Amino acid sequence: MLTRTDAERRQWRNVWVVAELRPGEVKDVTFELLGAGRRLAEARGCELWCVLLGEGVCDLAAECFAHQADVVLAVDDPRLAGFVDDTYANALDRAIRTHRPEIVLCAATARGRALIPRVAVQTYAGLTADCTGLEIDPATGLLIQTRPAFGGNILATIQCADHRPQMASVRPRVMAPAAREPGRTGRLIREDLPADDVSAAARVIESVRDTTDTVRLADADFIVAGGRGVGGKKGFQLLRSFADLVGGAVGASRAAVDAGWVDYAHQVGQTGQTVQPRTYLACGISGQVQHLVGMQSSDLIIAVNREPDTPMMQLADYAVVGNLFEVLPAMMDEVRKL
Amino acid sequence: MRIAVCIKQVPATHEVSIDPETKRIQREGIASELNPFDLYAVEQAVRLVAEVGGEVVALSMGPRQAQASLREAMAMGADRAVLLSDRAFAGSDTWATSYALACGIRSLGAVDLVLCGKQAIDGDTAQVGPGIAAHLGWPQVTYVSAMTDVSAERIVVKRMNEEGYEVVELTLPGVMTVVKDINVPRVPTLPSVLASRRADVPVRTAEAVGADPEQLGLGGSPTRVVKINPPPPRQGKTEVVEGTAAECARRIVHELRRRSIV
Repeated sequence: MLTRTDAERRQWRNVWVVAELRPGEVKDVTFELLGAGRRLAEARGCELWCVLLGEGVCDLAAECFAHQADVVLAVDDPRLAGFVDDTYANALDRAIRTHRPEIVLCAATARGRALIPRVAVQTYAGLTADCTGLEIDPATGLLIQTRPAFGGNILATIQCADHRPQMASVRPRVMAPAAREPGRTGRLIREDLPADDVSAAARVIESVRDTTDTVRLADADFIVAGGRGVGGKKGFQLLRSFADLVGGAVGASRAAVDAGWVDYAHQVGQTGQTVQPRTYLACGISGQVQHLVGMQSSDLIIAVNREPDTPMMQLADYAVVGNLFEVLPAMMDEVRKL
Repeated sequence: MRIAVCIKQVPATHEVSIDPETKRIQREGIASELNPFDLYAVEQAVRLVAEVGGEVVALSMGPRQAQASLREAMAMGADRAVLLSDRAFAGSDTWATSYALACGIRSLGAVDLVLCGKQAIDGDTAQVGPGIAAHLGWPQVTYVSAMTDVSAERIVVKRMNEEGYEVVELTLPGVMTVVKDINVPRVPTLPSVLASRRADVPVRTAEAVGADPEQLGLGGSPTRVVKINPPPPRQGKTEVVEGTAAECARRIVHELRRRSIV
């Protein structure tokens, strides 16, 4: 909403986190948002709310209270069992108009990135995508949002002075999670879902977990990624074995995907996914800039390549000069010894 | 079926940098290109119309030179193109941009489907597609990786997410954003490229598409970019690890263990 005076703006209070949920499960990114939200709520001297949309979600409230939420607002309805963008957006839109939060944080996941821009338009709110920094400006009380743009080549600082709520999305693994305090409780508010809010035009027919070739790059702590140097599908089998051993996921450069060695869902980089794991092991990836922008924020980067002078080897924390078909099996032997 | 494909002309982003003295984005001499993700949206629209009949209209908001990107879409098979260009649009954030595009879509007459790429590679927000849907009040499906059943009234799609995919049925009109999996965009033939160069790409102003000037440009945008900076350099130096495979493996695994990663 456009606010014109300080008095109007003061009617918008509290920090909200829109939870990322799966049946019976609160995804970790929610706790990370609650961690960021807690800091902002302290700085604003207000409450931290967590919004749960779905079926059977009231059961998940306790976990949100334990992770620092003061209030849980739940729209618990069987018509929210499947994720339908406009139904979810309408439910959140209604809650925002009713309770007037000052700040709303949402996960920059497939669902979050579908939901929150829609809600921002419906409520005429300001929205900043994929924030890597969220602070309160001590002078104005406004949310200072920092985000990378132009493929990571610049960092932009963005503010929303007059519209409320101030909304931001945050990628998984960017913020530190809220501390868990077992037994911590809070206030539960339940809201209804009026029939008008339910989409007449979209419905989920089927939800399929891709377990044969699970790609959870955004969630992975450890990514083993391959490029042209992996040489083919067989080489990716080796990467897969390594990933299985360390509980990680397989990533790929565009060259490997375009060669048909691995599916697009594994692609990291400008036309694939941006990832930020704790460890990125780049095997036979020379490091085109379009790939680097998708992974350069990883905590630890290890590159394995026969060529010592590639951009990836120069970016890496550890640049292993060698044949990946010898180094990877040797590393797996070492890990198995632990 | 009339399909509007929304496209964006973007700077070739890997060349974009900040002038260390002026702290402004250096755009001089930087080539522009059609946002790579939009190629999949254009291709999908052209294929759908080949199957069920109708018309593909490419739509963009931007400066005059964005006509070049619209011509690229026409070379790929779009039947016509419209450019929204007006000083009133300058400085629009994703809210105001999606509003302008929604106004442009309404001005095209009865549109059944709006297709967009999943995001643009300069801003990377993925906000404009859902924003258009919200402004139009239409349903949406994002991250569409396949269309499995298409008729004039409804489309069944596969939508990617972190765990796998969902099958969603959408009754038209609606908005979809598509990912790279959905098709392999064609390379335009020389005759179609030449024909697109001669094609008329009409330019419409804010007023011509009935957009409220109060909701456009900087004034209509809830967000403001208050500062831009170069990203902080990556901390630490590269340690080059050499020797036999076993030696290298020991060094790396030792480090992984020290950091409690394995």
